[in-house]
Amino acid sequence: MYSDLELDVLKEIGNIGAGNAATALSALLSKKVDMQVPQVKMIPFDEVSESVGGPESLVVGIFMRFDGALEGNILMVLPKLDAFNLVNHLLNQDKKASDSFTEMEQSALVEVGNILSSSFITALSDFTQMQLKVSVPGFAYDMAGAIFSFPLSLYGYMGDMAFLIETQFTEGLDKTKLHFFLIPDDESFKSLLKAIGVNVGE
Amino acid sequence: MLVSEIVRVGMAEYKVAKSPTILVSLGLGSCVGVALYDSVKKIGGLAHIMLPDSNSSSKKLFNPGKFADTALDALLQEMIKLGANPRRIEGKIAGGAQMFQVKTDNNIMKIGKRNVEAVRAKLDSMNLKIIGQDVEGNYGRTIEFSCETGILTIKTIGKGTKTL
Repeated sequence: MYSDLELDVLKEIGNIGAGNAATALSALLSKKVDMQVPQVKMIPFDEVSESVGGPESLVVGIFMRFDGALEGNILMVLPKLDAFNLVNHLLNQDKKASDSFTEMEQSALVEVGNILSSSFITALSDFTQMQLKVSVPGFAYDMAGAIFSFPLSLYGYMGDMAFLIETQFTEGLDKTKLHFFLIPDDESFKSLLKAIGVNVGE
Repeated sequence: MLVSEIVRVGMAEYKVAKSPTILVSLGLGSCVGVALYDSVKKIGGLAHIMLPDSNSSSKKLFNPGKFADTALDALLQEMIKLGANPRRIEGKIAGGAQMFQVKTDNNIMKIGKRNVEAVRAKLDSMNLKIIGQDVEGNYGRTIEFSCETGILTIKTIGKGTKTL
Protein backbone atom coordinates (compact mmCIF):
# COMPACT_ATOMS: atom_id res chain seq x y z
CA MET A 1 0.00 0.00 0.00
CA TYR A 2 2.68 2.51 1.01
CA SER A 3 6.43 2.65 0.42
CA ASP A 4 8.95 3.23 3.24
CA LEU A 5 9.41 6.86 2.23
CA GLU A 6 5.66 7.41 2.21
CA LEU A 7 5.36 5.79 5.63
CA ASP A 8 8.08 8.11 6.99
CA VAL A 9 6.25 11.13 5.66
CA LEU A 10 2.96 9.92 7.14
CA LYS A 11 4.70 9.42 10.47
CA GLU A 12 6.01 12.97 10.33
CA ILE A 13 2.53 14.25 9.53
CA GLY A 14 1.27 12.24 12.49
CA ASN A 15 3.94 13.92 14.58
CA ILE A 16 2.87 17.41 13.61
CA GLY A 17 -0.79 16.67 14.31
CA ALA A 18 -0.08 14.87 17.56
CA GLY A 19 2.25 17.61 18.80
CA ASN A 20 -0.53 20.13 18.39
CA ALA A 21 -2.98 17.76 20.07
CA ALA A 22 -0.64 17.17 23.02
CA THR A 23 -0.35 20.91 23.62
CA ALA A 24 -4.13 21.25 23.61
CA LEU A 25 -4.56 18.30 25.98
CA SER A 26 -1.96 19.68 28.34
CA ALA A 27 -3.76 23.05 28.42
CA LEU A 28 -7.08 21.33 29.10
CA LEU A 29 -5.72 19.23 31.96
CA SER A 30 -3.30 21.86 33.28
CA LYS A 31 -0.78 19.04 33.45
CA LYS A 32 2.28 17.90 31.61
CA VAL A 33 1.42 15.50 28.79
CA ASP A 34 3.97 13.17 27.22
CA MET A 35 3.54 12.09 23.69
CA GLN A 36 5.01 8.97 22.16
CA VAL A 37 6.31 9.25 18.60
CA PRO A 38 3.39 8.21 16.37
CA GLN A 39 3.53 4.69 15.02
CA VAL A 40 2.44 3.99 11.49
CA LYS A 41 1.04 0.49 11.44
CA MET A 42 -0.03 -1.92 8.75
CA ILE A 43 -1.31 -4.93 10.64
CA PRO A 44 -3.88 -7.75 10.34
CA PHE A 45 -7.38 -6.78 11.52
CA ASP A 46 -7.27 -9.05 14.55
CA GLU A 47 -4.15 -7.41 15.97
CA VAL A 48 -5.46 -3.85 16.02
CA SER A 49 -7.14 -4.06 19.41
CA GLU A 50 -4.07 -5.66 21.08
CA SER A 51 -2.52 -2.31 22.03
CA VAL A 52 -5.60 -1.49 24.13
CA GLY A 53 -5.93 -4.90 25.79
CA GLY A 54 -7.48 -7.20 23.18
CA PRO A 55 -10.92 -7.50 21.53
CA GLU A 56 -12.90 -8.12 24.71
CA SER A 57 -11.35 -5.46 26.94
CA LEU A 58 -13.70 -2.75 28.12
CA VAL A 59 -12.74 0.63 26.68
CA VAL A 60 -14.14 4.06 25.98
CA GLY A 61 -14.16 4.94 22.30
CA ILE A 62 -14.72 8.45 20.96
CA PHE A 63 -15.25 8.31 17.24
CA MET A 64 -15.20 11.04 14.61
CA ARG A 65 -15.38 11.03 10.82
CA PHE A 66 -13.39 13.55 8.88
CA ASP A 67 -13.98 14.45 5.29
CA GLY A 68 -13.19 17.06 2.70
CA ALA A 69 -9.99 16.66 0.71
CA LEU A 70 -9.21 13.56 2.80
CA GLU A 71 -11.60 11.06 4.31
CA GLY A 72 -11.22 8.79 7.25
CA ASN A 73 -11.89 8.09 10.90
CA ILE A 74 -10.44 9.24 14.18
CA LEU A 75 -10.77 7.01 17.17
CA MET A 76 -9.69 7.96 20.67
CA VAL A 77 -9.53 4.91 22.91
CA LEU A 78 -9.15 4.82 26.69
CA PRO A 79 -9.02 1.57 28.64
CA LYS A 80 -11.54 1.52 31.52
CA LEU A 81 -9.23 2.61 34.34
CA ASP A 82 -7.61 5.35 32.28
CA ALA A 83 -11.02 6.68 31.30
CA PHE A 84 -12.07 6.96 34.95
CA ASN A 85 -8.76 8.57 35.91
CA LEU A 86 -9.23 11.19 33.24
CA VAL A 87 -12.86 11.84 34.11
CA ASN A 88 -12.03 12.13 37.80
CA HIS A 89 -9.36 14.66 37.02
CA LEU A 90 -11.54 16.70 34.66
CA LEU A 91 -14.51 16.80 37.00
CA ASN A 92 -12.49 17.04 40.16
CA GLN A 93 -14.05 13.93 41.68
CA ASP A 94 -12.87 10.61 43.05
CA LYS A 95 -15.06 7.88 41.65
CA LYS A 96 -14.26 4.20 41.34
CA ALA A 97 -14.21 2.63 37.87
CA SER A 98 -17.58 1.06 37.07
CA ASP A 99 -19.57 -0.23 34.12
CA SER A 100 -21.19 3.06 33.24
CA PHE A 101 -20.60 6.79 32.94
CA THR A 102 -22.99 9.58 33.89
CA GLU A 103 -24.06 11.95 31.16
CA MET A 104 -21.73 14.60 32.57
CA GLU A 105 -18.79 12.18 32.51
CA GLN A 106 -19.57 11.19 28.92
CA SER A 107 -19.68 14.83 27.86
CA ALA A 108 -16.31 15.46 29.48
CA LEU A 109 -14.72 12.53 27.62
CA VAL A 110 -16.35 13.53 24.34
CA GLU A 111 -14.98 17.03 24.83
CA VAL A 112 -11.46 15.65 25.22
CA GLY A 113 -11.95 13.76 21.96
CA ASN A 114 -13.23 16.91 20.33
CA ILE A 115 -10.30 19.03 21.42
CA LEU A 116 -7.68 16.43 20.52
CA SER A 117 -9.09 15.69 17.10
CA SER A 118 -9.73 19.28 16.11
CA SER A 119 -6.23 20.33 17.08
CA PHE A 120 -4.84 17.33 15.23
CA ILE A 121 -6.87 18.00 12.09
CA THR A 122 -6.17 21.75 12.20
CA ALA A 123 -2.43 21.07 12.19
CA LEU A 124 -2.87 18.62 9.33
CA SER A 125 -4.96 21.06 7.37
CA ASP A 126 -2.54 23.99 7.92
CA PHE A 127 0.41 21.88 6.87
CA THR A 128 -1.18 20.47 3.72
CA GLN A 129 -3.36 23.45 2.81
CA MET A 130 -6.24 21.01 2.44
CA GLN A 131 -9.74 21.72 3.66
CA LEU A 132 -10.81 19.18 6.26
CA LYS A 133 -13.88 18.95 8.38
CA VAL A 134 -14.48 16.79 11.46
CA SER A 135 -17.88 15.37 12.47
CA VAL A 136 -19.49 15.66 15.89
CA PRO A 137 -18.01 12.84 18.06
CA GLY A 138 -19.84 9.63 18.92
CA PHE A 139 -19.35 7.90 22.31
CA ALA A 140 -19.25 4.21 23.18
CA TYR A 141 -18.16 2.26 26.28
CA ASP A 142 -17.84 -1.31 25.07
CA MET A 143 -15.56 -4.11 23.88
CA ALA A 144 -12.49 -2.89 21.99
CA GLY A 145 -13.10 -5.28 19.09
CA ALA A 146 -16.57 -3.87 18.54
CA ILE A 147 -15.32 -0.30 18.73
CA PHE A 148 -12.70 -0.87 16.05
CA SER A 149 -14.91 -2.96 13.78
CA PHE A 150 -16.39 -0.21 11.65
CA PRO A 151 -13.25 1.67 10.62
CA LEU A 152 -11.41 -1.62 10.10
CA SER A 153 -14.07 -3.25 7.99
CA LEU A 154 -13.65 -0.57 5.33
CA TYR A 155 -10.16 -1.96 4.74
CA GLY A 156 -11.63 -5.34 3.92
CA TYR A 157 -12.46 -4.15 0.42
CA MET A 158 -8.77 -3.65 -0.32
CA GLY A 159 -6.94 -6.42 1.44
CA ASP A 160 -6.30 -8.12 4.75
CA MET A 161 -4.44 -5.37 6.57
CA ALA A 162 -5.50 -2.26 8.41
CA PHE A 163 -3.53 0.94 8.06
CA LEU A 164 -3.45 3.32 10.99
CA ILE A 165 -1.39 5.95 12.73
CA GLU A 166 -1.37 5.44 16.49
CA THR A 167 -0.16 7.96 19.05
CA GLN A 168 -0.14 7.40 22.79
CA PHE A 169 -0.48 10.35 25.11
CA THR A 170 0.45 9.88 28.74
CA GLU A 171 -0.65 12.36 31.31
CA GLY A 172 2.24 13.23 33.65
CA LEU A 173 1.20 12.32 37.18
CA ASP A 174 -1.27 9.45 37.11
CA LYS A 175 0.17 7.93 33.95
CA THR A 176 -3.26 7.95 32.37
CA LYS A 177 -2.89 6.60 28.86
CA LEU A 178 -4.88 7.79 25.92
CA HIS A 179 -4.65 6.13 22.50
CA PHE A 180 -5.31 8.21 19.45
CA PHE A 181 -5.86 6.49 16.09
CA LEU A 182 -6.01 8.12 12.72
CA ILE A 183 -7.51 5.65 10.27
CA PRO A 184 -7.72 7.04 6.74
CA ASP A 185 -10.24 5.56 4.31
CA ASP A 186 -8.53 3.27 1.80
CA GLU A 187 -5.80 5.13 -0.02
CA SER A 188 -7.13 8.59 0.68
CA PHE A 189 -3.74 9.53 2.12
CA LYS A 190 -2.06 9.10 -1.23
CA SER A 191 -3.67 12.41 -2.19
CA LEU A 192 -2.26 13.94 0.98
CA LEU A 193 1.23 12.80 0.03
CA LYS A 194 0.76 14.34 -3.40
CA ALA A 195 -0.41 17.60 -1.86
CA ILE A 196 2.83 18.00 0.06
CA GLY A 197 4.94 17.07 -2.94
CA VAL A 198 5.94 13.47 -2.18
CA ASN A 199 6.17 11.34 -5.30
CA VAL A 200 3.61 8.63 -4.92
CA GLY A 201 4.32 5.24 -6.45
CA GLU A 202 1.26 3.67 -8.05
CA MET B 1 -17.03 -35.44 31.58
CA LEU B 2 -16.04 -34.19 28.16
CA VAL B 3 -13.66 -31.29 28.05
CA SER B 4 -14.64 -28.82 25.35
CA GLU B 5 -11.99 -27.32 23.20
CA ILE B 6 -12.47 -23.61 22.50
CA VAL B 7 -11.60 -22.43 19.00
CA ARG B 8 -11.40 -18.74 18.25
CA VAL B 9 -12.83 -17.42 14.99
CA GLY B 10 -11.19 -14.05 14.25
CA MET B 11 -12.34 -11.25 11.99
CA ALA B 12 -12.86 -12.51 8.41
CA GLU B 13 -12.35 -16.15 9.43
CA TYR B 14 -14.71 -19.14 9.29
CA LYS B 15 -14.23 -22.46 11.08
CA VAL B 16 -16.05 -25.77 11.41
CA ALA B 17 -15.94 -28.29 14.23
CA LYS B 18 -17.59 -31.33 15.78
CA SER B 19 -19.08 -31.75 19.25
CA PRO B 20 -17.97 -30.84 21.91
CA THR B 21 -15.92 -27.98 20.46
CA ILE B 22 -17.00 -24.41 21.21
CA LEU B 23 -16.49 -21.84 18.47
CA VAL B 24 -15.98 -18.28 19.73
CA SER B 25 -15.88 -14.79 18.20
CA LEU B 26 -14.84 -11.94 20.50
CA GLY B 27 -16.10 -8.37 20.39
CA LEU B 28 -18.37 -8.30 17.34
CA GLY B 29 -19.38 -4.77 16.39
CA SER B 30 -20.55 -4.12 12.84
CA CYS B 31 -19.39 -7.64 11.93
CA VAL B 32 -21.94 -10.46 11.86
CA GLY B 33 -21.40 -13.90 13.35
CA VAL B 34 -23.22 -16.70 11.50
CA ALA B 35 -23.53 -20.07 13.23
CA LEU B 36 -24.65 -23.05 11.14
CA TYR B 37 -25.52 -26.40 12.72
CA ASP B 38 -26.39 -29.97 11.79
CA SER B 39 -28.06 -31.19 14.98
CA VAL B 40 -27.95 -34.89 14.05
CA LYS B 41 -24.24 -35.05 13.27
CA LYS B 42 -23.49 -32.32 15.84
CA ILE B 43 -21.36 -30.47 13.36
CA GLY B 44 -21.15 -26.70 13.69
CA GLY B 45 -19.64 -23.82 11.75
CA LEU B 46 -19.05 -20.18 12.59
CA ALA B 47 -18.24 -17.32 10.21
CA HIS B 48 -17.12 -13.84 11.36
CA ILE B 49 -18.24 -11.67 8.45
CA MET B 50 -16.96 -8.09 7.94
CA LEU B 51 -18.64 -6.87 4.76
CA PRO B 52 -21.79 -7.52 2.73
CA ASP B 53 -20.64 -8.06 -0.83
CA SER B 54 -17.53 -9.47 -2.51
CA ASN B 55 -18.32 -7.60 -5.73
CA SER B 56 -17.07 -4.45 -4.00
CA SER B 57 -13.64 -5.96 -3.43
CA SER B 58 -10.96 -4.03 -5.29
CA LYS B 59 -8.86 -7.20 -5.57
CA LYS B 60 -9.74 -10.28 -7.61
CA LEU B 61 -8.08 -12.61 -5.16
CA PHE B 62 -9.40 -12.18 -1.67
CA ASN B 63 -10.07 -14.10 1.50
CA PRO B 64 -13.65 -15.43 1.10
CA GLY B 65 -14.21 -15.17 4.87
CA LYS B 66 -14.58 -11.39 4.69
CA PHE B 67 -17.78 -11.19 2.69
CA ALA B 68 -21.30 -12.46 3.42
CA ASP B 69 -21.82 -13.98 -0.03
CA THR B 70 -18.51 -15.87 -0.24
CA ALA B 71 -18.03 -16.78 3.44
CA LEU B 72 -21.32 -18.64 3.77
CA ASP B 73 -20.72 -20.78 0.65
CA ALA B 74 -17.25 -21.64 1.93
CA LEU B 75 -18.53 -22.42 5.43
CA LEU B 76 -21.25 -24.74 4.12
CA GLN B 77 -18.75 -26.60 1.92
CA GLU B 78 -16.45 -27.18 4.91
CA MET B 79 -19.35 -28.53 6.95
CA ILE B 80 -20.37 -30.91 4.16
CA LYS B 81 -16.76 -32.15 3.97
CA LEU B 82 -16.94 -32.91 7.68
CA GLY B 83 -20.09 -34.96 7.09
CA ALA B 84 -22.95 -32.52 7.63
CA ASN B 85 -26.15 -32.82 5.60
CA PRO B 86 -27.13 -29.44 4.09
CA ARG B 87 -30.83 -30.27 4.30
CA ARG B 88 -30.58 -30.41 8.09
CA ILE B 89 -28.47 -27.30 8.57
CA GLU B 90 -30.04 -24.31 10.30
CA GLY B 91 -28.56 -20.94 11.11
CA LYS B 92 -28.37 -18.40 13.93
CA ILE B 93 -27.00 -14.91 13.51
CA ALA B 94 -25.71 -12.19 15.84
CA GLY B 95 -23.99 -8.82 15.50
CA GLY B 96 -24.31 -6.07 12.90
CA ALA B 97 -24.33 -3.21 15.40
CA GLN B 98 -23.72 0.44 14.68
CA MET B 99 -21.46 1.42 17.56
CA PHE B 100 -21.38 5.17 16.94
CA GLN B 101 -24.27 7.40 16.00
CA VAL B 102 -22.39 9.90 13.86
CA LYS B 103 -24.10 11.80 11.07
CA THR B 104 -22.38 11.60 7.70
CA ASP B 105 -23.34 12.55 4.17
CA ASN B 106 -23.58 8.95 3.00
CA ASN B 107 -24.61 5.58 4.36
CA ILE B 108 -21.09 4.51 5.19
CA MET B 109 -21.80 4.14 8.92
CA LYS B 110 -24.63 1.65 8.34
CA ILE B 111 -22.32 -1.22 7.45
CA GLY B 112 -23.64 -3.39 10.31
CA LYS B 113 -27.22 -3.23 9.06
CA ARG B 114 -26.08 -3.93 5.51
CA ASN B 115 -24.10 -6.94 6.73
CA VAL B 116 -27.21 -8.35 8.42
CA GLU B 117 -29.34 -7.85 5.29
CA ALA B 118 -26.70 -9.50 3.10
CA VAL B 119 -26.41 -12.49 5.45
CA ARG B 120 -30.20 -12.99 5.50
CA ALA B 121 -30.44 -12.78 1.72
CA LYS B 122 -27.56 -15.21 1.25
CA LEU B 123 -28.90 -17.79 3.72
CA ASP B 124 -32.29 -17.53 2.04
CA SER B 125 -30.77 -18.17 -1.39
CA MET B 126 -28.98 -21.23 0.04
CA ASN B 127 -32.28 -22.52 1.47
CA LEU B 128 -30.92 -22.37 5.00
CA LYS B 129 -33.39 -21.32 7.66
CA ILE B 130 -32.56 -18.72 10.33
CA ILE B 131 -33.90 -20.04 13.63
CA GLY B 132 -32.50 -17.37 15.94
CA GLN B 133 -31.12 -13.88 15.72
CA ASP B 134 -29.85 -11.05 17.86
CA VAL B 135 -28.77 -8.26 15.55
CA GLU B 136 -28.17 -4.51 15.12
CA GLY B 137 -28.41 -2.15 18.10
CA ASN B 138 -25.44 -0.08 19.28
CA TYR B 139 -23.45 -2.49 21.41
CA GLY B 140 -20.74 -5.13 21.06
CA ARG B 141 -21.26 -8.87 21.37
CA THR B 142 -19.06 -11.86 22.17
CA ILE B 143 -20.57 -15.08 20.87
CA GLU B 144 -19.96 -18.71 21.82
CA PHE B 145 -21.37 -21.52 19.73
CA SER B 146 -21.54 -24.99 21.23
CA CYS B 147 -21.20 -27.78 18.68
CA GLU B 148 -22.55 -30.16 21.32
CA THR B 149 -25.90 -28.41 21.87
CA GLY B 150 -26.20 -25.96 18.96
CA ILE B 151 -26.78 -23.19 21.47
CA LEU B 152 -25.41 -19.75 20.61
CA THR B 153 -24.58 -17.69 23.72
CA ILE B 154 -24.34 -13.93 23.29
CA LYS B 155 -22.49 -11.90 25.92
CA THR B 156 -22.63 -8.12 26.12
CA ILE B 157 -21.42 -5.39 28.42
CA GLY B 158 -24.28 -4.00 30.46
CA LYS B 159 -26.96 -5.67 28.31
CA GLY B 160 -26.77 -9.13 29.87
CA THR B 161 -26.31 -12.56 28.31
CA LYS B 162 -28.69 -14.16 25.85
CA THR B 163 -28.96 -17.65 24.42
CA LEU B 164 -30.37 -18.60 21.04
